[in-house]
Amino acid sequence: MFVGAALTIQTAFNIDSPFIPLYAVGLATRDSIILEFSPTIISLILAGKVGSSIASELGTMRVTEQIDALEIMGVNSSSFLVLPKIIAALFINPFLVIISMAIGMAGGWFFGLLAGVITTTEFVYGVKYAFQPFYITYALLKTVVFAFLITSISAYFGYYTAGGALEVGASSTKAVVYSSIFLLLTNFLLTQMLLS
Amino acid sequence: MIEIQHINKSFEDRHILNDVSVVFEEGKTNLVIGGSGSGKTVMMKCMVSLYTVDSGKILYDGRDFTLSTEDEKRDIRKDFGMVFQGGALFDSQTVAENVAFPLEMFANMTLAERNERVDFCLNRVNLTADHDLYPSQISGGMKKRVAIARAIALNPRYLFCDEPNSGLDPYTSIVIDNLILEITEEFNITTIINTHDMNSVLEIGQKIIYLNKGQKWWEGDKHSILETDNEEVNNFVYASELFKRIRKASK
Repeated sequence: MFVGAALTIQTAFNIDSPFIPLYAVGLATRDSIILEFSPTIISLILAGKVGSSIASELGTMRVTEQIDALEIMGVNSSSFLVLPKIIAALFINPFLVIISMAIGMAGGWFFGLLAGVITTTEFVYGVKYAFQPFYITYALLKTVVFAFLITSISAYFGYYTAGGALEVGASSTKAVVYSSIFLLLTNFLLTQMLLS
Repeated sequence: MIEIQHINKSFEDRHILNDVSVVFEEGKTNLVIGGSGSGKTVMMKCMVSLYTVDSGKILYDGRDFTLSTEDEKRDIRKDFGMVFQGGALFDSQTVAENVAFPLEMFANMTLAERNERVDFCLNRVNLTADHDLYPSQISGGMKKRVAIARAIALNPRYLFCDEPNSGLDPYTSIVIDNLILEITEEFNITTIINTHDMNSVLEIGQKIIYLNKGQKWWEGDKHSILETDNEEVNNFVYASELFKRIRKASK
């Protein structure tokens, strides 16, 4: 919501030319949120929240021998513990991103209106103007790839933790750092492949 | 019967197990004793394939576990029950859910049958209440008992216990020891117990293997261990003041 608000106000503030219509604020907010901010920022937040949670949970299970206990029972521990997390993220993250898109644009409209930089009519016109449905496909495709990266990288660091509490913390940190770096790198690659 | 033949295990340049060969007898409590760092836990983890041996054979009723594929190992492991040093109970599950877990995964049972089996196993380890508590809400002794209940849920043929009474008071230790002995005899399980508790050795040591510096130094039972002239074993057995006094008094 606040990212949408900041985008609207910044765009409006930077439009000096009288030849640029005010509805461009709505258009810029929409495109920025759909193409970049929602899928990337939400995924980065999830890398911090979900990534550290997965790594620390699996790391703790490893150092307290719970994963060994699963193996002894004859359970394939990696698929039993990791696969549901990956599948859950692949399904749920796109919904979170769609919700964030709606909230982001609503925030842009509300705070833009509150700041007096745009009217509802102009903002809504801008949001609808030259809309390309492929942008949504692109955003959701990115989200699904990011979801896979976050869960698989975090699960890897958690699953292969060795040692004690200190190493669980280190795995959790590594999970967030590597997930975020790979996420940003993949963001660039996907943008290059899908939009160029 | 479990037989290990000439197994070796190293971690980088540290040689942990050196040409160890042992036959673990069926229907008996086989105790592996030795000081800290003697290789007991590594040997047990090699036996259940949590570690891969560098060389040697591990035979379960003649089937060579070391040559098995991952799928075959998973199949053989369904005959295993293991009690870990810390219990290794699943934090997110209650006591009853922990015991029900292997049944849910591998037993073709109705919900009623499963609940009945869970009650049986928990009653067998004298846990008649507290089924709905989480591992963080129960004591160390109770955790060990829940771990034993979970380990016997699927009627295992081989039961592995890694220091089952470490961190427990002497009375609870004896309760756990006797419980393992009773279960072993009742269900004719081949039980392997790692311990350095001499009370356990004298209580339930039907077969005893003494490991030292990654090698098998001595083999016998709870009677012969008190009479052996093996100096290393004697140093281990009579390390405590209590046992020294008992030895002195008996002489």
